[in-house]
Amino acid sequence: MKNIENSFPLSDKLINNFEVYQDDIKRNDDEEIFNVRKKAFDQFLKLGLPTQALEDWRNTDLTDVYKEEYQHYYDNPGIVEDVDKVFQCNVPHLDTIMLAMLNGRYVSKDEALVKLENGVIYGSFAAALQQYPDIVAAHFAQYADASKSAFTAINTAMAQDGFFIYVPDGVEFKKPLQIVNIINHDKNICLQTRNLIVLGKNTKLCLIHCDDSYNHQKSLSNTVSEIVLGENAILDHYKMQNVNNASTIINATYFEMKDNAQLSSNGLSLNGGILKNSNYVKMNGRACECNIYGLYLMDKKQHIDNLVFIDHLYPNCNSRELFKGILDDSATAVFNGHVVVHKDAQKTNAFQSNKNILLTDKAKVNTKPFLEIYADDVKCSHGATVGQLDNEAMFYIRSRGISEHNAKMLLMYAFADEVIQKISVLPLRYRTEDMVKRRLRGELSVCDQCVLHCSTPEKEYNFEIDLTKV
Amino acid sequence: MEKEKNHILKEVTNSEYKWGFVTDIEMDTATVGLTEDTVRFISAKKNEPEFLLEYRLKAYKKWLEMEQPQWAHLKIPIINYQDIIYYAAPKKKKELSSLDEVDPALLETFKKLGISLDEQKKLSGVAVDAVIDSVSVKTTFTETLSKQGIIFCSFSDAVQNHPDLVKQYMGSVVPYGDNYFAALNSAVFSDGSFCYIPKGVRCPVELSTYFRINAANTGQFERTLIIADEGAYVSYMEGCTAPQRDENQLHAAIVEIVAMKDAEVKYSTVQNWYPGDKNGLGGIFNFVTKRGICKGSNSKISWTQVETGSAITWKYPSCILLGDHSVGEFYSVAITNNHQQADTGSKMIHLGKNTKSTIISKGISAGFSNNSYRGLVKIAKNATNSRNYSQCDSLLMGDKCGAHTWPYIKAENSSSIIEHEATTSKISEDQLFYCQQRGISTESAIGLIVNGYAKEVLNKLPMEFAVEAQKLLSISLEGSVG
Repeated sequence: MKNIENSFPLSDKLINNFEVYQDDIKRNDDEEIFNVRKKAFDQFLKLGLPTQALEDWRNTDLTDVYKEEYQHYYDNPGIVEDVDKVFQCNVPHLDTIMLAMLNGRYVSKDEALVKLENGVIYGSFAAALQQYPDIVAAHFAQYADASKSAFTAINTAMAQDGFFIYVPDGVEFKKPLQIVNIINHDKNICLQTRNLIVLGKNTKLCLIHCDDSYNHQKSLSNTVSEIVLGENAILDHYKMQNVNNASTIINATYFEMKDNAQLSSNGLSLNGGILKNSNYVKMNGRACECNIYGLYLMDKKQHIDNLVFIDHLYPNCNSRELFKGILDDSATAVFNGHVVVHKDAQKTNAFQSNKNILLTDKAKVNTKPFLEIYADDVKCSHGATVGQLDNEAMFYIRSRGISEHNAKMLLMYAFADEVIQKISVLPLRYRTEDMVKRRLRGELSVCDQCVLHCSTPEKEYNFEIDLTKV
Repeated sequence: MEKEKNHILKEVTNSEYKWGFVTDIEMDTATVGLTEDTVRFISAKKNEPEFLLEYRLKAYKKWLEMEQPQWAHLKIPIINYQDIIYYAAPKKKKELSSLDEVDPALLETFKKLGISLDEQKKLSGVAVDAVIDSVSVKTTFTETLSKQGIIFCSFSDAVQNHPDLVKQYMGSVVPYGDNYFAALNSAVFSDGSFCYIPKGVRCPVELSTYFRINAANTGQFERTLIIADEGAYVSYMEGCTAPQRDENQLHAAIVEIVAMKDAEVKYSTVQNWYPGDKNGLGGIFNFVTKRGICKGSNSKISWTQVETGSAITWKYPSCILLGDHSVGEFYSVAITNNHQQADTGSKMIHLGKNTKSTIISKGISAGFSNNSYRGLVKIAKNATNSRNYSQCDSLLMGDKCGAHTWPYIKAENSSSIIEHEATTSKISEDQLFYCQQRGISTESAIGLIVNGYAKEVLNKLPMEFAVEAQKLLSISLEGSVG
């Protein structure tokens, strides 16, 4: 692959910021970690920002984003009024432990890092760097390969905060952990968030991760999450994205799985300007199982790019991918599925599926489900469809006296439902069902109470607490 | 049983190439290497009109600016383009008027290939144009065809006798700058076949070209141009073999098809170039650009290919569906064995309304080979109500081979439906068990299953070819097919 020489205002600013803020960047680091950062920074210099010349980015054009002027590239002091009020969850009956993040920084009234009696640690990544350098050093940048992705490289180099979760061997964490990450700033910001989740042997965790935005400023959010699943670990991972149309989210999640680990990841993208979600799953053990689901409902000029890379290294692993999307107006969607089955990974089952509905002639889909197989005793399949609502189904419903509009809603909802049904946390599923229905009706923007007021610039939110004091 | 299977697989990987003989024919060759002079030499040798020489030179200049593509999932050894003979022709003694005058050694070659021109002419009614080392040797049935106004001749004859048609259509589907190998071919092509079916004519016989590389160190660069005028129909077959040599030889061909309103062209290929020995030594590099355009409404182009040979195959027969209601089809069986590599598939570009395309691709990999399907289905904004169905299956035999699928799907309107399905698996133990239970030996069972697996595509081949293809399938996977 070739990367043409590129220089954009964004890369220049990022490089400049790394040098200017170097002392601040390394304030929590021990030497080892700072060396990792420097190496990653060198990688970034080498790679340059990804352009469409790269296969993984060929259908996502970020040139405009790269040219954007942001007021902040490194320090993003946000303002918050009342943590509880802002970060209230709008999912009824959902009993979770909530962690709040504002502009990529962990916010809490209490301690930045909580250690429970059973040994579970959760809280701020920056605090973890100071308090648990051993755990962090053992995993930080071990899975996120800076040599392949410039965004991962710059994140490794610069990211200060994010969330950190550590579940020691043998602990089953009953209550779902919910992370609400809100982007709210009166200026255009570019931010780097780094998350690290370590699950020990025989553990269980349910993690809900929401990205929301409050105002209508432009933002570029580059998030890298490293998630390690030890032997027999079970992770239920949910990722909700509902940000304003001026937001660009570059989100890369690196899963590392050991023997018998089970992963279920469910990505729900409801709104956003440009969303790029990359999931890299490395099945580094036998008999692993992973299910990656995704649902995207895009309209206006929104763009979504889902990349799923699954690496089957050992025998007897199963992977399943199901991505479904409905595209309205001039929305564009990209799906890049890539499954590699290595020579020794016999008895592998890998299934990929991407289904799309185009509602208008301006909407576009580019899909590439790709299989690369070097073992013979495998069952692998992939499927991709692009179409529209089934005319016969439409006729069937309408002949029973249901209006065209309602019939359409019904069919679209039924299409999306296959993914929604995979959500195993019931209150979350009901809430998602509701949100999807509202989204399809175009009502998400008018619902009260909801933080997801994606396209209503009129609403004003005032926060006066200085984050640095929190 | 496992042992027996391994034994069979071993035999599969040990099978040898049957067409590896060399015919001793006096050759007329160009000097080694490629310069502007080589291009001029070829053009002069063929007594070509000015426009063609210009076209060649333009292509040559373009080629110099281009780089060999690296994106395919292939390990291509560095090719020294200055080490190839770009023109080799059997020495012409005098003009041939009947089959009897053809060099007996040449006839012997075709007999060995099982396509005795004489016999073919009498028995099967297939018109054959045989191309040996890039030069068309003999075209049979020309007279019968010409009565109906069908032009079927070698490309050089077409250049001499029908320069207007050549000028109008050559490069209209595959422009000289299309890709590296197309540019190379456009600069140095030596001969090929030309076929024109006039308005409303249904070609009564199946047209066929047989390609053979005979001389050492030569590259074969032929061009095929098929034009089906309004309402015409033609079924065209292409077969190829090459002698067994330790060096790699380059084959970079171009096939262009133009289908006007209501016309139908069916193009079948059985590709059996020398694949190299079982250690991956030698073999043909088959870098071919094949493309058809459905220019008028209701036209149809159908590609069927059985790919068993070549050390490296790089080939994507494509259809541009420009006319409304036009149809594109692609049926392929690709078998790779030993150290063969194949990166093949199809492109369907939907531009007209209500256009339809079907892609059925079956890959079989054995030994140490790698077999990739790479395809593009693009439905443009104005191609409303278009439909595509693609199915790509891969069968793996042995644990040292690879099978890959890269489908690119681009949809730009809301009234079209695209479906893509693909599976990869090995021959299931259940299926084997079922057959064996009924007294069928493992070997026959594997043969049965592989043949059944490829049937969908083999059925699309014309009768004469289907028999040959099945035979080829057996030989390529010798030991496993009954």
